[in-house]
Amino acid sequence: MKVIYEKSPMLKDAPLSYCPGCTHGIIHKLVAESIHELGAGGRAIGVSPVGCAVLAYNFFNCDMVQAPHGRAPALATGMARVHPGHVIFTYQGDGDLAAIGTAETIHAACRGENIVVIFVNNAIYGMTGGQMAPTTIAGQTTQTSPYGRDVVSAGHPVRVCEMLATQEGTTYAERVAVHSVPHIRKAKKAIKKAFEYQTQGRGFSIVELLSTCPTNWGLSPVESLAWVEENMIPQYPLGVFKDKYAGEVAR
Amino acid sequence: MQRLLMKGNEAIAEAAIKAGCRHFFGYPITPQNEVCAYMSRRMPQVEGVFLQAESEIAAISMVLGASAAGARAMTSSSSPGISLKTEGLSYIAGSDLPALIVNVQRGGPGLGTIQPAQSDYNQATKAPGHGDLRLLVFAPSTVQEMVDCVFETFDLTEKYRMPGMLLCDGLLGQMMEPVIFPEVEVTPSEKPWALTGHGDKRQPNIITSLNLDPELSQSANLARFERYAEIEKTQARAESLMTEDADIVVVAYGACARIARSAVSAARAEGIKAGMLRPITVWPFPTQQILAAGKSAKALLAVEMSMGQMVHDVRTAVQFKKPVHFFGRTGGVVPTPNEVLEQLKIIDGGLKA
Repeated sequence: MKVIYEKSPMLKDAPLSYCPGCTHGIIHKLVAESIHELGAGGRAIGVSPVGCAVLAYNFFNCDMVQAPHGRAPALATGMARVHPGHVIFTYQGDGDLAAIGTAETIHAACRGENIVVIFVNNAIYGMTGGQMAPTTIAGQTTQTSPYGRDVVSAGHPVRVCEMLATQEGTTYAERVAVHSVPHIRKAKKAIKKAFEYQTQGRGFSIVELLSTCPTNWGLSPVESLAWVEENMIPQYPLGVFKDKYAGEVAR
Repeated sequence: MQRLLMKGNEAIAEAAIKAGCRHFFGYPITPQNEVCAYMSRRMPQVEGVFLQAESEIAAISMVLGASAAGARAMTSSSSPGISLKTEGLSYIAGSDLPALIVNVQRGGPGLGTIQPAQSDYNQATKAPGHGDLRLLVFAPSTVQEMVDCVFETFDLTEKYRMPGMLLCDGLLGQMMEPVIFPEVEVTPSEKPWALTGHGDKRQPNIITSLNLDPELSQSANLARFERYAEIEKTQARAESLMTEDADIVVVAYGACARIARSAVSAARAEGIKAGMLRPITVWPFPTQQILAAGKSAKALLAVEMSMGQMVHDVRTAVQFKKPVHFFGRTGGVVPTPNEVLEQLKIIDGGLKA
């Protein structure tokens, strides 16, 4: 019998704690596959955030540390400075990365820390019950924007990849989505490239993944996938915002 | 052994390097800037890491990361910056990680002043962060002792897997004194829990302060408090000076102990039987030593550069059986030996009346 598909050995045999229809599971799989394919699981160290992915250390089959809210890039910095040859990554949501941890994100990028940041953007605080996030789009209803996000009082959503692409320290910044198979395939390529760059010591890479939150969006999983296409992509256009090594022949 | 004339802050930094620290994460704030400046010069010479972080919060988070990765890591700051570090401190304690945090205190609250103070005593010893946790706190009173305490704090924080603090103040940080660095061979302690990458040889290591199950969370706290109890039993340190026959025992730590020492000598010269008990650790607090020193005394006097924070621990230590007076200056004002002597005279006069 020929094995044509198996769970990545970079994932533990543990049930995921995510809600039905949430795309965290897909992203976990893509991260795990990428690290495994690069043969880097034994020297991988991950940082789990505060938020839905706080328990990521129960899922990834590598050494992991859990960070205070928003501080994952600072922890990763400390670890990368201790183990320069290792594969250090953070796995963060939008509230964690783009609100409370904005400074840590930007400065890790500006220093060109040799880390990979996996940024899961679902435009809401999921774990705490669906509050407005820095990436909540204008008009979007959440627990703390019950009349829809009013940009006059609540401000505008943050575009992280665009911002980081302007910084010299950033090596690679790409935004992808995981709401359809073709997009998932592209997302895998982006994540793998980020980890590839890191194993080559090329510095700071961020992959932003437009993700879903059916539970807090109040939509079915299928409706949520459509919502990404219709509402999130117009606000957060997909693409490569920066790639210092774009000219190289693809490996 | 070579005697060197060094500023307190620089001596802390050199001691840390000699104690094997190769990862320093800092952020500028007066009056501790010399620690960062010295580290930025020295670390590259010893193939170490000096990193100026974007904030005190980021700096201690980097310490958390470096310590989780198995390194002997430290940060330093002063009062307002320490407030920001309380987040990381709590996580470090909750993750059972060692780390050294230096607080070169200045007057507060708020931005306060850049002049010396001891008004972060309560913060350091009672509430260094949210949750049930303790911080090992050394309070040196000379530059030499600052050096010695750096070695000791690193060792103990690794032994007990908890954060430790060197509680200094702007006076100690800025003063110059001769120091001798101990010539010790630092052997890195075994850290099987460290995140080094499992290398396909062991199960993954996980470092977290999260315990969603309250029973597990309680067990983790109870285990930690067992260690704290052992520390309270074995690690409380104090220096006793002429307390055997003293009528009045002055209790003072850090820079204030230097002032109190002069006042006690002056009082003795005037026929007042004064002595001094100087806590070297303020957590664990040298309760037994104070109780013993206060046994034959008629009164105690706590001297602090605060509105009276340690004084409450002194009262508890003597079980409220002796009068414990307080004299302090606040907001960056340093008390003088004469002022303390005046207090001793007043108390002595009351005892004889």
